[in-house]
Amino acid sequence: MIEIRWHGRGGQGAKTAALLLADVAFATGMHVQGFPEYGPERMGAPITAYNRLDAKPIRVHSNIYSPDFVVVVDESLVETVDVAAGIKKNGAIIINTGKEPSKVRKIFAKFPGDIYAIDARDISQRTVGKNLPNTPLLAAVVRVCGVMSEQEFIGNMEESFKHKFAAKPEVIEGNMAAIREAWKGAVRV
Amino acid sequence: MSRRDRMSGNEAVATAIRQIGPDVIAAFPITPSTEIPQYISSYKSDGLIDTEFVAVESEHSAMSACIGASAAGVRAMTATSSAGMALMYELLYVAASDRLPIVMAAVNRALTGPININADHSDSMGARDSGWIQLYSENAQEAYDNMLMAHRIAEHPDVLLPLMVCQDGFITSHAVENIVIEDDELVKSFVGEYRPEKYLLNPRESLGVGPYSVSAFYMEIKRQQFEAMSKARAVVAAVSAEFSALTGREYGMLEKYRMDDADLAVLLMSSSAGTGKDAVDRLREKGVKAGLVKLRVFRPFPEDDLVEALKDVKALGIMDKSDGFSGCGGPLGAETRSALYGRADGVKTVNYVYGLGGRDARVEDFEALFEELGRLRDGESLPRCRHHGMRE
Amino acid sequence: MSGKNLMEKITPASGWRELTVGAAVYGEGNSVFFNTGEWRSEDPAWYADKCRHCLLCFPVCPDSSIPVVGGKRRDFDFGHCKGCGICAKVCPFGAISMSAAEKEAAK
Repeated sequence: MIEIRWHGRGGQGAKTAALLLADVAFATGMHVQGFPEYGPERMGAPITAYNRLDAKPIRVHSNIYSPDFVVVVDESLVETVDVAAGIKKNGAIIINTGKEPSKVRKIFAKFPGDIYAIDARDISQRTVGKNLPNTPLLAAVVRVCGVMSEQEFIGNMEESFKHKFAAKPEVIEGNMAAIREAWKGAVRV
Repeated sequence: MSRRDRMSGNEAVATAIRQIGPDVIAAFPITPSTEIPQYISSYKSDGLIDTEFVAVESEHSAMSACIGASAAGVRAMTATSSAGMALMYELLYVAASDRLPIVMAAVNRALTGPININADHSDSMGARDSGWIQLYSENAQEAYDNMLMAHRIAEHPDVLLPLMVCQDGFITSHAVENIVIEDDELVKSFVGEYRPEKYLLNPRESLGVGPYSVSAFYMEIKRQQFEAMSKARAVVAAVSAEFSALTGREYGMLEKYRMDDADLAVLLMSSSAGTGKDAVDRLREKGVKAGLVKLRVFRPFPEDDLVEALKDVKALGIMDKSDGFSGCGGPLGAETRSALYGRADGVKTVNYVYGLGGRDARVEDFEALFEELGRLRDGESLPRCRHHGMRE
Repeated sequence: MSGKNLMEKITPASGWRELTVGAAVYGEGNSVFFNTGEWRSEDPAWYADKCRHCLLCFPVCPDSSIPVVGGKRRDFDFGHCKGCGICAKVCPFGAISMSAAEKEAAK
């Protein structure tokens, strides 16, 4: 079983990203869970969302305390939230940041595992024309987690976009460009 | 043909409602059940159902409208949580005593103070004496399946009682999981048409519903409700068996997990059962004879099934997701001990209150609890009731 | 149990199986089986010679004890009249008066 914890801020779409990941993993035949941790909903407040992905049915219904992967949607969170808490020995952090790789390593000085950086903001600005980091971040997460091949992921996302944006097909191309670039864009620092 | 899908518990319940196509739904939004009437009104706008959706101004009115619709002779449903269920309180009793088979999607949420939107069972446990049948669901699949069986149980001529299908707020209501959805036609044929024997809008027979009852009659009417609730046990079993034959998914009054030779067991309801099963598996690998019983049907209370399932256990943790404030444990603890008394006196028990207001129950919490039950089995004296998974 | 004439058969001696499900009431006009006339402590008297059949009296009767046939009222239904006297109050012509009840036993 792969367990993933998302850290974001209310309104940034970390929950949506977790549900999207559940969707694409489901499409490959996996058993999935995608759920947010709920409380009073406040724009900008730190929030967490979770994914479990497995070949077998998933029974456990609790939050995730020892994730395989942590995704940081908003890098400003690292100052107030211990995003690396409980990560498994071979686990990794995937962070949305525009910082130089050497500087990213310094943020998590005490974390011994792998760290992947992706400038999802920059990618989405260039491809979709807005700061919508979810989609490129999702591509990076899927690649780092290794739950499916590039071909499978791209195919599934295209299907999903065609369905989701049936009324505005013009946005599909930008989103597809975003995930293609993001698949290769995450760098280990 | 059934299909593989993934959806949240709320969407699963809404899908079941769409497939059943009740005549009337009256509901008022409250977290975490709000999505259910939202889905229903979308289905209605999209022409997928011809249900009359009554957007009422309170839950008191929602249940009142359901009572009126059900008495008139149609299928009526609602959805609610927490304070919404509390506002329906008087009408829950009216629905049951008028013997109206209304079905409610209950999404369990703490019944407030301090205000809280997360899961525990204090809302539906407060309504346990209202005369409603209560089914509890571990995950989205069970919430969906229980909903498909609900009308068959509630509308059975031996029963004629309202029924609530409960699931844990957010933990399953808002978690997207894999699920098997049955074919629309199969659901329609399983649930069947509703043809009440007696109803207000019957032009061939005059009928009055909900009269005042003087003391000379009141107790006999309550005795009828007792009879109906007692007979509901056999009806739940028969409908569940028919459902299992159709779908391959087994349901009974309760589910036994690795209980065959279990020394130590926990008894619980809803979403934490899966977490508990993972803990049982881990302990079994270490040679601990751990088992789990998940209660599906709390009303009617299946005391014979419970005694049969638990009689050979040496130490039992009875887990309540509501306190009950008796000062000596929660409602599941009280009723289970009452069932075991004189019939399985060798079972040592601790009543654990856990998971209040959305407090997470982890696999590790269950492991610690089983460790404690091991000490109870081995002769250590433990308090009869304690709170688990909280700071001292 | 159910049925049109069932309500007549239900008495305070009926067992729980004999009562209707949910205490539902079947058939219209069941109150006719209940002889509220026994409760009367004052009797109304109707003077046909003073009555103009204006019919102000019958709609105010709480117990539907003033029969009207072909637009004209008839004498009281003493099996159900409780002797409240509202009809005597509304009658503009002094065609109804109230007096202490003459119960069967007192006669």
